[in-house]
Amino acid sequence: MVEDFGYGVLILSFILAIYAIGSAVYGYVHRSQKWVESSRLAMQLTFPILTLSVISLIYLLVNDQYHVAFVYEVTSRSMPMYLKITSLWGGQSGSLVFWAWLMAAFSTAVSLRKWDRDREFLPWVVVVTSLTMAFFVGLVIFYENPFLQYWKSFSGDVISAMFQPAGSAFFAPTDGRGLNPLLRHPGMVIHPPMLYLGFVSFVIPFAFAIAALVTGRTDDRWIRITRRWTIIAWTFLSLGLVLGGRWAYDVLGWGGYWGWDPVEISAFMPWLTGTAFLHSVMIQEKRGMLKYWNMLLIILTYALVIFGTFLTRSGVLSSVHAFAQSAIGPAFFIFIGITFVTSVALLIYRWADLKAESQMTSMLSREALFLLNNLLFMSILVVCFWGVIFPLISELVTGQKITVGPPFYKNATGPLFAALVLLMGIAPLSAWGHSTLKTLGQAMWKPLIASLVVMVIIFFGFDIRQPYALIGFFVIFTSAFITIYEFWRAARARSRAQKENILLALWRLAGRNRRRYGGYIIHLAIVCMSLGIIGIEMFQTQTQGTIAQGQSLQLDGYTVTYKDLAVFDTNDNRNVARAVLTVSKNGQFLTELYPRRDYYYESQQPMTIPGVRSTMADDLYVILVDWQPILSSGATFKIYHNPLVNWLWLGSIILIFGSIVAGWPDKEVEIVPARVRRNQIAGSAVGQQVD
Amino acid sequence: MKRFLWIFLAVSLFSLVWVGNVFAQKPTPSDDEVNAVASQMFCPVCENTPLDVCPTQACAQWRELIRTKLSEGWNADQIKQYFATQYGVRVLAEPPRQGLNWLVYIVPPFLIVIGVYILFRAFRSMHTVNQLAGGETEPNGPATDEYTSRIEEELKKRN
Repeated sequence: MVEDFGYGVLILSFILAIYAIGSAVYGYVHRSQKWVESSRLAMQLTFPILTLSVISLIYLLVNDQYHVAFVYEVTSRSMPMYLKITSLWGGQSGSLVFWAWLMAAFSTAVSLRKWDRDREFLPWVVVVTSLTMAFFVGLVIFYENPFLQYWKSFSGDVISAMFQPAGSAFFAPTDGRGLNPLLRHPGMVIHPPMLYLGFVSFVIPFAFAIAALVTGRTDDRWIRITRRWTIIAWTFLSLGLVLGGRWAYDVLGWGGYWGWDPVEISAFMPWLTGTAFLHSVMIQEKRGMLKYWNMLLIILTYALVIFGTFLTRSGVLSSVHAFAQSAIGPAFFIFIGITFVTSVALLIYRWADLKAESQMTSMLSREALFLLNNLLFMSILVVCFWGVIFPLISELVTGQKITVGPPFYKNATGPLFAALVLLMGIAPLSAWGHSTLKTLGQAMWKPLIASLVVMVIIFFGFDIRQPYALIGFFVIFTSAFITIYEFWRAARARSRAQKENILLALWRLAGRNRRRYGGYIIHLAIVCMSLGIIGIEMFQTQTQGTIAQGQSLQLDGYTVTYKDLAVFDTNDNRNVARAVLTVSKNGQFLTELYPRRDYYYESQQPMTIPGVRSTMADDLYVILVDWQPILSSGATFKIYHNPLVNWLWLGSIILIFGSIVAGWPDKEVEIVPARVRRNQIAGSAVGQQVD
Repeated sequence: MKRFLWIFLAVSLFSLVWVGNVFAQKPTPSDDEVNAVASQMFCPVCENTPLDVCPTQACAQWRELIRTKLSEGWNADQIKQYFATQYGVRVLAEPPRQGLNWLVYIVPPFLIVIGVYILFRAFRSMHTVNQLAGGETEPNGPATDEYTSRIEEELKKRN
């Protein structure tokens, strides 16, 4: 009954979305506000309607309704309540419902804004968001229905269908197969929603961009409206990626966080274009330039969002992150093709209206450096995109399967990332319009000297001689010191002018220009993350060995001694093998670690849980690889020493803080274009403005 | 007599080979040596999983095969070639540089160079426009960042 209701409201939401598209187009063509308003109301209604469908599915999941195929596949009686709820996105069909529901939530949220000054955008925003939502709801209804039930035919075959086939009877298994063990991790509970939120919220700026192209209102208004949406989207996507990395680090048992897996990359690609977009829209706001480019970037971001979802769900790629083989691939392919071609056609149609309002005047101006930043992001995108699709092309042309693995990506993107981090430090120092080497040098020389001092300490104090690591550290510290120096200069100026405590001055300064200082905080977060990445990528060491109880393995000064091992069954249908190890350094006991291997009886899948000793300096990460039934014969352990890796996670926390600061609503009046505001400010006294 | 000499030589040679055999044999390679090779390959069964960390039984056997090959004196390249022949080139972490695979390595730099060229052209045309305009940067003067200017000015005043 609940499943019928859930499916019914799903169909209703699909009809509403289609109606919203139709009435919005009709309203726009016939200039009828009533039809446009009706489309907005229809779009708003999809959210509560889809919520009912989601609630129905959650009800089935938590109440062990195993006659529903999806419930049987992703839950079991032994699973705790929170995992039963979150298994909504643990399988293909449930996650598509979840995607569509988030899309409905964002569409409704955007429809609730005041449209007084932008009413012409409304119908096309409704069309784009409703079309995206209708596509996902359509996939659920026609291909991946989570409400399918099991029926047993008289011949004994179990089939899944929405309604009872003739000659069959109701069938309900007593227990389900349970969620994939790899997905039973707190990181995996939060990671998919974050990623989906990032994907879905990027649809909003895309919808406004399309609205701007269709209506011909191609000034920077659409960018100003969607600025906060873009920051929100970027933050969620960044968090999704970082949480995915943390999940891999904790669960996949290979001592790393990023394996350049095609599905990881497919979530990373919209982040690249989204980050480029976040930077280049500033050029349009400040200088009225790069209008086509911004349009193209947001079109690409949207296409990559759908493309990434397609790669994960269509079954064209195999990965630990991917869902099973599915028939939805062609539908995705057609949708991506139609939306991309239409968007680009619109862009070409409006090409003449998107001319720059001013010229670039200096190669060292901020806009020029931002353009260089965009080039670097796009270069990384090219490498990633080509690396992901080439194996498909190769298989299609030659029939031969190939792997494009980490060495390719690391070699190709490493220098580009280093250049980006350096540019991240330098670009904010240059002024809009015009900068010279002299002005840049004046702002940079002190941080540059500080970073050279640090390099000397690293070289002689820590005995690090690897050239690439030294270059990496130099780039990171230069960027960090420049950013910190920027904070310091501004805070000191305000502190002296206003006779304020330096911290209070910093707080108020950031409060007056949240976007700028939020951006700086994000830059510092990226610096921290880069430090962690260099640590693990360039200084990770590992060893593996089979040892008997009482014996030890050595790695980078650490001694890991095998004390004990216990094998036992748990109440939630797991067989656990858990080792006890002691860790010491220079003869001093540090901690005990408990690496283990869980075997899930329901899904017949093992899961490796490392034992980790974490500090800001390093992680000692131990995996139980194998063990003998008779304990004295020993067990095999793999030990990784991961220097600086926790800076990566610390950086991600700072990134959230920076994003909140950058995205927090300013008191500034948004409607005044920047160039007009600049002229107003120029006429005001400096003291008043700083205040 | 001559026959005994030949027999004596043959027995001596055999003895030498027998005794020296122990020196020719390599010690059993350690897990670390095996993993160093395995990490350069991918599991032939589980896609996108490096061979050194794949937990399946099949991969454990393949790692033992690597150990055997190493103990027989094979080097990493020979072992990789052996696996590629047996299970296809997909076991290699990077496609071999031959045939169509060259495109993997050529296309990205080619496109990046085109991007750099476009940027270079944009900067050059900007330079030309500025020269034609008599060095004037903008009709309304330079659009410097007002915020930075204010801070700079404030710093100058206070220093």
